[in-house]
Order: sequence, then C-alpha cells, then structure tokens
Amino acid sequence: MSKTNAAIVGIGESKVGSVPDRSALQLQADAAQAALADAGLKMSDIDGLLTTPVRVEHWNMPCGVVAHHLGVRAKFLSTVDLAGASGCGMIHQAAMAIASGQCSTVLCVAGQNLLSHGSRAKAVKSMAEGGSAHPQFEVPYGPLVPSLYALVAQRHMHEYGTTPEQLAEVAVTIRRHASLNPNAHKRELITVDDVLKSRMITSPLHIFDCAIVSDGAAAVIVTSAERARDLKQKPVHLLGQGYGLRHSHIGDTELTTTGAVDSGRDAFRTAGLTPADVDVAQIYDCFTITVIVELEDLGFCKKGEGGHFVENGRIGLGGELPITTHGGLLSGGHPGLGGGFFHVVEAVRQVRGEAGARQVKDAEVALVHGNGGVISIHCTLLLGV
Amino acid sequence: MSEVIERPMPVPDAATGPYWAAAHEGHLVMPRCNDCGKYHFYPHPLCPYCSSAKLEWTPVSGRGTLYSFTVVHRAPSPAFAAEVPYVVAVVELEEGPRLMSNLTGCAPAQAKIGMPLKAAFRKLSESVTLPVFEPQ
Ligand SMILES: [Zn+2]
Repeated sequence: MSKTNAAIVGIGESKVGSVPDRSALQLQADAAQAALADAGLKMSDIDGLLTTPVRVEHWNMPCGVVAHHLGVRAKFLSTVDLAGASGCGMIHQAAMAIASGQCSTVLCVAGQNLLSHGSRAKAVKSMAEGGSAHPQFEVPYGPLVPSLYALVAQRHMHEYGTTPEQLAEVAVTIRRHASLNPNAHKRELITVDDVLKSRMITSPLHIFDCAIVSDGAAAVIVTSAERARDLKQKPVHLLGQGYGLRHSHIGDTELTTTGAVDSGRDAFRTAGLTPADVDVAQIYDCFTITVIVELEDLGFCKKGEGGHFVENGRIGLGGELPITTHGGLLSGGHPGLGGGFFHVVEAVRQVRGEAGARQVKDAEVALVHGNGGVISIHCTLLLGV
Repeated sequence: MSEVIERPMPVPDAATGPYWAAAHEGHLVMPRCNDCGKYHFYPHPLCPYCSSAKLEWTPVSGRGTLYSFTVVHRAPSPAFAAEVPYVVAVVELEEGPRLMSNLTGCAPAQAKIGMPLKAAFRKLSESVTLPVFEPQ
C-alpha cells in the first residue's frame, strides 16, 4: 500500500468528441458532476481542487477560475502543469495534499473545447508554435508537433528495425478499443492498410498515427482510504507513483529512451510490484511511436523490442497486456492537457470491473502513464483495489 | 482579405545572442564549459554535465551526421506551405551536441541516417540567418 494512503472514489466524463455547445468550464462542470454522482458526494463535500491550464481561454490562475465557477470552497488548490502527464500528476498531488492534512477530499478536473473553439488549421499552428518545439532553435525549421515524434519514430526504426506496420498496429488496436467505448470520439474500425494508406503528415507518421483533437473533460475525486470506506464505490487505491524527465526539447536528446524509465521504476518500487503484476496498462498514446517507446521504457519489454511487442494481439483486449482500453488520444478523445486524464478514469473503471464490453478479466492492478512535452516529462501511477 | 504570412523567426535574447550573431556571419558557435571542457546545446545557464556557470561560446566545426529526420508534408502554417515537402533534421555534431535543423542541398528522398553533413547558412532577413545542413 502506498505511503500516501489515498483512494479514488469518483470518476466522471463529459460528452467527448465534437461538443460545440459547451465551453471549457461547462465541460469541466459536466465531468465534475458526473464524478460527484459516481462518488455519492456533493460539491460541498469537496475541499481541495486541482486542474490544468487550458489552451482555448486565457485564465490567469486556472485553479482559481475553476474552483470559483464550480463552487468549490477549497482549503487547498493548485494548477498542475506537467503537460500531458498532468492527469497522472494531479492524482499523486491530491494524495499528497490529503496525506499532509491540508484537505480531505480533492476534485481533480481537466478538459476543454479544443476542437470546437476554432479551426483545425488554427489548432495545428498554435500547437506547432505552442512550446513543444523550442521557439528559437526548433520552430524556425518548420516542425509540426507530430514531426517532433516522427524524429523519434525514424530513429527507432533505424536503431531497432521497427516498421510502419508495427506503428499502425498500435492505431488499429486502440481504435478497436474505442469502438467498444460509447463515449469515444472515433469508433469506426480501421485496418493496418487504412493507416498505411492514410495521408502522410510527417514521415514516417500518417494522420492515423497521430492523436485526434476533441472537446471533452474528465474528473476524478480523491480522498483518504479511511474516508473511502464509507463511500458508495469500491475504493481504488494509489499503490505507487513515479516521475521522470530527461530533456525539455527533443532536438538535443537521444530520442529513443525517455524519462519513463525513471517514472516506471519508481512507480513499481513504491508499489512493491513489477511489470508482470500489471493486468491493464493505460499507456499515453499521443502518437503510435509513443506507445512503443513507453512499453519498452516501463519495462514491459526490452529496449528495441516494442515494435514486436505490439504485434499479434498482445496489446489488445484478450491479449497479454491490454493497453489504453478506452481508445486513448488516438481515438477516444484528446482535449489537450486533459487528454491523459481519461486514461486515469479508464484505469479506475477497469479495476472496479465496470468497463463493460471492454472489461479486462480479473483486472486488479492498472498502470497509468502520462507523458508531456515531447516524451519529456513523465508520470506513472499504479492503481489497484 | 489576405492574411500576412509571417514565418516564425528566432528572436535572440541575452542567453542566445552570440549564437545568432555568429550564424549571421556564417559561423556556428556552441557553449563550452571551462571547467569540464564539454560542449552542450541548446544553451543552458549552467553546464548540464557539471553545473558550472563558466560557459563560453566557442566555434565548432559545423561537421556532423544526420541523427534523425522527418519529411514534413503538411505545413504547420501558411508560411511553410511553399516549401513542402521539406526535411526537419536532428544533426549530431562532431563535437557531441545535437541540434534541430533543415536538410538542404539534396532531395528529401536522399536523406539517410548517418550521412555526413556540413553547416550552411540561410539568410532569412537583414538581421537573421538560420544555420541549415547539407551533404558533405
Ligand atoms: Zn561542465
């Protein structure tokens, strides 16, 4: 059991996909209300709030804006910005706030109307110049955000013989999982051939190798294990966690090994578990190559064997290690920094045994991994009942 | 109504001014540590190897190899639309540091990891020159 002694007692999602009639705050309110209903709690029971920055509006203190508009009387509040790792980070930081005695029940909420607030072209440009690429030493050379990951993919293919078909296998598997999630954004099944024939964006990545852009929000309620015992849901415990960072920009690093080595090692150490104990892994999937590199760095296979690992149904439902069972960022939904938070929600569903058609049999231990920047900053959680 | 198409330009600052000034004169310089002797890039305020603040901009050879690359087919903004497809590269210099750049002087299809490269200089404006790389 984790030293933080925290438990997740409520999860919620807004509608995900194209939701043009909801603002960022409305989407977050939808997710928060769903999580409260799931937990059997009222907003007045919440005394801590964590959220992330959004891209669609300028909030000078996101946690203050969100707490005020949702009506949270917070004894503790903070804005967590670990980019795509923020979802995992919020859970651990909520656990620490509770362990310190500063508050008892924390609402973590994130999401926005990233798809509907402007054009796709505008979103692509704002992301390309939005800080993932170094403003002086990278942006002037014209990379898309996907280009930064394409550099990783090309190098991985060179060093280890990883193939475009193996990258495509990741997209196909995760789409199949999304097809079983009624709230996923993209649910039509695709084949390896569809991926390989989809538009080449930045070689070797096709459009189907890249995350989608969505509207949506997710919320998770964290409290102490003691308090969780009296609540409606079977508590899901934070068993362990770790963080990792090996670079800030992709142009000056080794490309194929990441801080997930460190975050994974620490998560397993704090939980007293090994990769073999994991029943389901919600791997961050901003691009297909991300999944392959993370599976290696987290210790599910050796460095260089990730391409082979994702073949033959191993990462699909019914396989040895089902990953990203809600459809992830590639198909489920990707509303910016909140995107990785759906991975947490899904991990909770899986270990509760409430994932419906996509339930992993006897799932007791779930790993969640978030990555931010360009495979820069990492946070890994281990959750279990 | 036509929008002004502005290419994103590097804006030199206190930490990077010497790099861009040298590039504008056709040279490549990198921070080198006076304590441990190692080069690094992108510029840090402290040496990433020994935390020393005794860093000095030092000329490098401009020779290196292609460490990784991607051929960009969809422009990130209208400013790059006329240039697609183009190669965004990571170059590993002989002196050790890596940096992002463009590969010029050969067709995108000729890009191959490990190919020897040398720095070239692309003037973007009266005050800014972008280091790029071409086959040796
Ligand atoms: Zn040094």
